Amino acid sequence: MTTPLLRVDNLRIALASDGITYNAVENVSFEIGRGEAFGLVGESGCGKSITALAVMGLLRRPLSLGGGRIVLDGQEIQDAPAAEMRRLRGKRIAMIFQEPMTALNPLSPVGKQIAEMFVLHQGANWNEAMDRAEEALRQVRVPSPERRIRDYPHQLSGGMRQRVMIAIALACGPDLLVADEPTTALDVTVQAEIIDLIAELCAAKGTAVLMISHDLGLVANMCKRVAVMYAGRIVESQVADAIFATPSHPYTQGLIDSLPRLGERARRGRQRLTEIAGVVPSIQAYPAGCRFNPRCPAVTDICRTNVPEATSLPADGLVRCHHHG
Amino acid sequence: MADSLLSLDDLAVHFMVGSAFAGGVKTLKAVDGVTLDVKAGECLGLVGESGCGKSTLALAIMGLLLPTRGLIHVDSQQISGATPPDRMKMAQTVQMVFQDPYASLNPRQTVRRTLADPLRLHGINDRAEVEARVIDMMAKVGLRPEHADRYPHEFSGGQRQRIGIARALILKPKLVICDEPVSALDVSIRAQIINLLLELKDEMGLAYIMISHDLGVVEHVSDRVAVMYLGRIVEQGGWQEIFEDPRHPYTRALIAAIPDPFHRAAAAVAKAKAKGEIASALNPPPGCHFNPRCPLKADLCTAEVPLLEATGPGHLAACHFRDRAS
Amino acid sequence: MSVALKLPRLRLKGGTSLWVGGSLVAIAISAAILAPVIALTDPVMDANLMNAEIPPCWEYPFGTDAQGRDIYSRIVYGARISLSVGIISQICNSLIGVTLGLTAGYWGGWWDDLVSGLTNLMLAIPSLVFALAIMAILGPGLVSLVIALGLTSWSYSCRIARAQVLSLKSQGYVQAARILGYGDLRIMFTQVLPNILGPLIVIATLGMGGAILAEAALSFLGLGIRPPFPSWGSMLSEARDQITTAPWLSVFPGLAIFFTVLGLNLLGDGLRDILDPQSTTRRN
Repeated sequence: MTTPLLRVDNLRIALASDGITYNAVENVSFEIGRGEAFGLVGESGCGKSITALAVMGLLRRPLSLGGGRIVLDGQEIQDAPAAEMRRLRGKRIAMIFQEPMTALNPLSPVGKQIAEMFVLHQGANWNEAMDRAEEALRQVRVPSPERRIRDYPHQLSGGMRQRVMIAIALACGPDLLVADEPTTALDVTVQAEIIDLIAELCAAKGTAVLMISHDLGLVANMCKRVAVMYAGRIVESQVADAIFATPSHPYTQGLIDSLPRLGERARRGRQRLTEIAGVVPSIQAYPAGCRFNPRCPAVTDICRTNVPEATSLPADGLVRCHHHG
Repeated sequence: MADSLLSLDDLAVHFMVGSAFAGGVKTLKAVDGVTLDVKAGECLGLVGESGCGKSTLALAIMGLLLPTRGLIHVDSQQISGATPPDRMKMAQTVQMVFQDPYASLNPRQTVRRTLADPLRLHGINDRAEVEARVIDMMAKVGLRPEHADRYPHEFSGGQRQRIGIARALILKPKLVICDEPVSALDVSIRAQIINLLLELKDEMGLAYIMISHDLGVVEHVSDRVAVMYLGRIVEQGGWQEIFEDPRHPYTRALIAAIPDPFHRAAAAVAKAKAKGEIASALNPPPGCHFNPRCPLKADLCTAEVPLLEATGPGHLAACHFRDRAS
Repeated sequence: MSVALKLPRLRLKGGTSLWVGGSLVAIAISAAILAPVIALTDPVMDANLMNAEIPPCWEYPFGTDAQGRDIYSRIVYGARISLSVGIISQICNSLIGVTLGLTAGYWGGWWDDLVSGLTNLMLAIPSLVFALAIMAILGPGLVSLVIALGLTSWSYSCRIARAQVLSLKSQGYVQAARILGYGDLRIMFTQVLPNILGPLIVIATLGMGGAILAEAALSFLGLGIRPPFPSWGSMLSEARDQITTAPWLSVFPGLAIFFTVLGLNLLGDGLRDILDPQSTTRRN
């Protein structure tokens, strides 16, 4: 087996709050191969976004790396100095965010912001860089890029801004694109286009994608493999098709069952939705044992005391549940 | 229509934006000629993307924005540009559930006060009766009596939404406008709230206008569905017609845009996706507003506004090619 | 577990400034109320040139002034004037500012334009100059002082209130109140005002400190409290010439102002924490 592009091994992220240190994320391991799209799914507060920040080397107080290894292309980067990480970001790993407006400089034309990437990371001169920026805008299908290149971020719609972000992120042909809820702030029809665009461009350039979202359906559509996080731990990881066909963790199962699905009512009539009882625990009040135990329909005593070990599933999958199998 | 709880007749709400000095005044046609009705006990799903005018429509129905043109009949009241509604009477007829459960509750009021104040305002002064109705309403939305003296920040998002629903129902309204009631909630909590809304609808005989961009939710809860685009209704009909046999290309695009992990192969075939983005309501395209994004676009579409006409029983679509198979 | 560990921390955090500030202000207020009891001599009548400018000693803990009056007793009596001018005039400022800011922000339109214009006008004229003009018309004295200071620096409260209302007015719960049939005034007072009190209280306590200092300035110019009656401001200005020869004349009234203004600011911070229900416990 060839070495994966990114390997996250036993990652732990510490959160310091009121003098107490909590583990916001623990025991998180996954691998992303070259050109592969990998999805990380979970609800707000489950730790998926800070896992992405850790990969980018962007954890800031009160968050810090508590342990584990992050290996990019055979090179350990979890302890890399800030200057080294700056060089890696943009050149080898790039990131796009939920709200592009906050990530773009409002005082600079978008073309210049794209061109800056070529100047900074590839030593191009500004004239050449601007030409390439126009080409980059064309690639992300911004209409009439020769005019748009001079627009400021506020003159663009949300979808157009996200396209600009994608152009900036992919400018230097990174090996890995981290996409943190890239379409949550967008309208549904625009969302579909942006997802297609990311999938298409990354496939063409051989860029791997770490896609982070609360929407299991969206992620499963785009990614080859999906990991589901709950309360700071990965509870299940499977090939995307398999996670819908044979969800193995009660949480995954619950998520899939609880959402009204298009066409379901026509097929089976209106059924009461299956609820997942209870509330999402806060980080200060994570339960002992399996963290899903207070909400789990199949809970037994062992779930309340022992943290479940990972059980292997077919095709490199895994599940953390005492009652699997 | 005698049995309609709400009927909108050619409703339009326009805003003047800009100033006479800088760039001139423009008319923003947020809602432009909407005709709709909602019967008692019925759930109407209202679908559309940001900027389509659904929020303006909701405010107009609640009497908080006066129509520029057209009429609104709610229960026994008639609202027009010249006749503003009686706010107290409106409050007992139409209520609203908000999207964001964090911003929609007053952080300095306990649950009891949030629910009891409206009752007292509407003339219920007997302390025992107020208390009984507050506790009863809390029970209906799944809150325990000991929650009454807590403040909003002590609750989770799902519980806050329950308080928001209780507040909307405390005056026993007939119509509740639900503005994206679950989209700000954690995914694993949404089913609880959707089930609760449906139970309360049956129990209290409520009519809903369910504003949502989540078509799965809309299909699940709606009896009828209306699709809005740039201030106009482009298609409306029973939920089954809209989802099984959509007639407007925009409706088809909305449905095609939903990731469907169960039918990935099918989704790949039906790429009826819309190109580009919703235009600004300040400067909508001529003719059919959807024409720049439409796969069926023809010359007729830029020249003539398509009317909302029947394509089947109770199924209307505003498209020149409404009868063309998808 | 975590809640039990967190609680005492939070209480201490809100508490330190609240208790220190509250104690300082309480000392100042009780000094003012108990002045006849705790003063050693009469602040005005017990002048004795034989005792002039005695440095602090057992008999005169803060020393004596040029007329031989006990500075400690004058500070204790001076608290009455300085505090009442500070508190009453700031209450006037807050009432005017909050009422204008609240209504302007909530209603908008021509009323907002008018209030904003007025606020900008007030901010453009130095409030001390404005107060001077009012004092010149009303003549010197305690009542005119309170009126002059109470009408001239409401623009800060007004601006803060208006800005806060603008950001709150689109919140869901304000909309919900309208839909429930609440009238505008009821919404302003039950939904909006309680949620903007924090910054307004901080501004008010700062303003009290400012008013105490303004009183000093006006008294110095002979338009405030007339000698021989003591206020901290007038004592400070009288002592100006002797600052090198008899520093205790200015040091002690200065410290009185310093600790009172500090106490007011700390109290404001502490109150803001207490008034925010989110700063107390977070139950689940």
